[in-house]
Amino acid sequence: MARVWTFGDAVNTDDILPGKYAPFMVGEDRFHRYAFAHLRPEFAERVRPGDLLVGGRNWGLGSSREYAPQALKALGVGAVIAKSFARIHYRNLLNLGIPAFTSETVPDALQDGDEVSFDLAAGTVTRGDEIFQLEPPPLFLQEALREGSILEFYRKHGRFPGEAP
Amino acid sequence: MRPPDLAGLTLAERILSVRAGRRVRAGDLVVVDVDQVMVVDSIAPSVIRRIEGDLGGRVRNPERVSFVLDHVAPAANVEVAKAQADARRYARERGFRLFDVGRGICHQVLMEEGLAQPGGVVLGSDSHATTYGAVGCFGTGMGATDIALAAASGKTWLKVPETVAVKLTGTLPAGVSAKDVALSVIRELTADGATYASLELHTPDGFTLSERMTLANLAVEAGAKVGLVPPSGEVRERFSVPEWLVVDSRARYARVVELDLGALEPVVAAPPFVDNVHPLTAFTGVHVDQVFVGTCTNGRLDDLHVVADILRGKRVAEGTRLLVIPASSQVLEAAAADGTLSTLLAAGAVLGTPGCGPCMGRHMGVLAPGEVCVSTSNRNFVGRMGSPEAQIFLASPAVAARAALSGTLTLAEDAALPERAVA
Repeated sequence: MARVWTFGDAVNTDDILPGKYAPFMVGEDRFHRYAFAHLRPEFAERVRPGDLLVGGRNWGLGSSREYAPQALKALGVGAVIAKSFARIHYRNLLNLGIPAFTSETVPDALQDGDEVSFDLAAGTVTRGDEIFQLEPPPLFLQEALREGSILEFYRKHGRFPGEAP
Repeated sequence: MRPPDLAGLTLAERILSVRAGRRVRAGDLVVVDVDQVMVVDSIAPSVIRRIEGDLGGRVRNPERVSFVLDHVAPAANVEVAKAQADARRYARERGFRLFDVGRGICHQVLMEEGLAQPGGVVLGSDSHATTYGAVGCFGTGMGATDIALAAASGKTWLKVPETVAVKLTGTLPAGVSAKDVALSVIRELTADGATYASLELHTPDGFTLSERMTLANLAVEAGAKVGLVPPSGEVRERFSVPEWLVVDSRARYARVVELDLGALEPVVAAPPFVDNVHPLTAFTGVHVDQVFVGTCTNGRLDDLHVVADILRGKRVAEGTRLLVIPASSQVLEAAAADGTLSTLLAAGAVLGTPGCGPCMGRHMGVLAPGEVCVSTSNRNFVGRMGSPEAQIFLASPAVAARAALSGTLTLAEDAALPERAVA
């Protein structure tokens, strides 16, 4: 079972990983221990692989720092579901292969500490006998995600998804 | 190739249509060539690892890649020093441009070096790459993976953004600056009001290049992908602007906001969000421990002039410190040559190496719990500049200088303000 961690609106990249704990400040092997260091200091210690982060509006606003989602990846976060995402962070999440889902209703339905199961392929979150359906990502991104990521797609095909061979 | 039909397109659509070689509209996906890929020191290790580890080590156009060591410059600890040594070595080996410690802040440096041009596409590994929009260049920030892909392939994928147009009319009152305009625009739009969009900022022709940079720089704080200022005035005099890079009156905008410059007043973004914008007068009397003048938003020569004019012949208040970090070595040299630095030093300012300084809380100038900082920078998030219990107010250089002088947030007396005329 995955645990749900809920956050509010406008969770920014300084919240996700404060700048002073960037990997090139504290080391590649330990920076992820400081995820949400100011906002939820217990997070890095207690999060389990597969857990879901649930946010409100404008999740990930702020810096382009990819090590914010890298920290989440290092901790094994299963997916991020938010009402809306900031642009750069959304690209970064998908580039790292962290599923990011936009939903108006699911964030309000889930509560902090909920035990759920999450099915990436089906885009569903299940709590008890309730099933929450998430919208699939755009087609262009699905094409990339089928290869794992846009990085993988480019490496394999020598072009971007949607680009003429 | 026949040029695409650009009738009725926004600036963002025009740039991406010309670059893609076909007419594209908001919502279309394009893969386009990139003129310059900019990498800062803090992202360089990830970018190098992606290029060498994931992408086979090939770089399409090394002359189109710039490394800028600015985020923690000079190095603050051994980890940073090692990462910067690797970045320096790698840039030299691969034939990338290298702007080493002290040259300045990435966006300022790329503009000074002419690497962002009207109608071009420039990607930066820093969110404030929107700054290049000051000259009508499609500048946008991306993370390490996208940046590495762009360096390796010479290209990037983009969804053509819809456009939010901001039409600025009238004349700015004395003592009200481009920073006040930018923060007022963000107050109007909110922090996600232009998410995924191109923010097209129509300024009066008299707006200087520096003022346009301040506006474009802060576009990302409304969530924008780019902040494009139609080239006119100083930009047309100093840059070669393609004939197609013009505002089309038939262009379709997702939203149009009109702002009368004459009605604006000095404002601050109060902690902890950039869109928490209020008249400065709402905070009159708040004690200020540190004033920071610098960053890619407001660390240019004209910004230092404003501060020096207010501080000339006076001293920074007891109990308040003033940290000034010029945005680049060129700004530093010019400020030394014209006496600005002497004025600032005589007033008690502390100088830092050109670079980002304490803007993201990594070194020189971080705040203690309970401290209040007035900063000319672009973010005031919790813990941004050190302690999460510190507070950051974002303000114009004039408001910052006045805070340094009085030790509190306070409105300038009109007489003390420099003359300013924008048609």
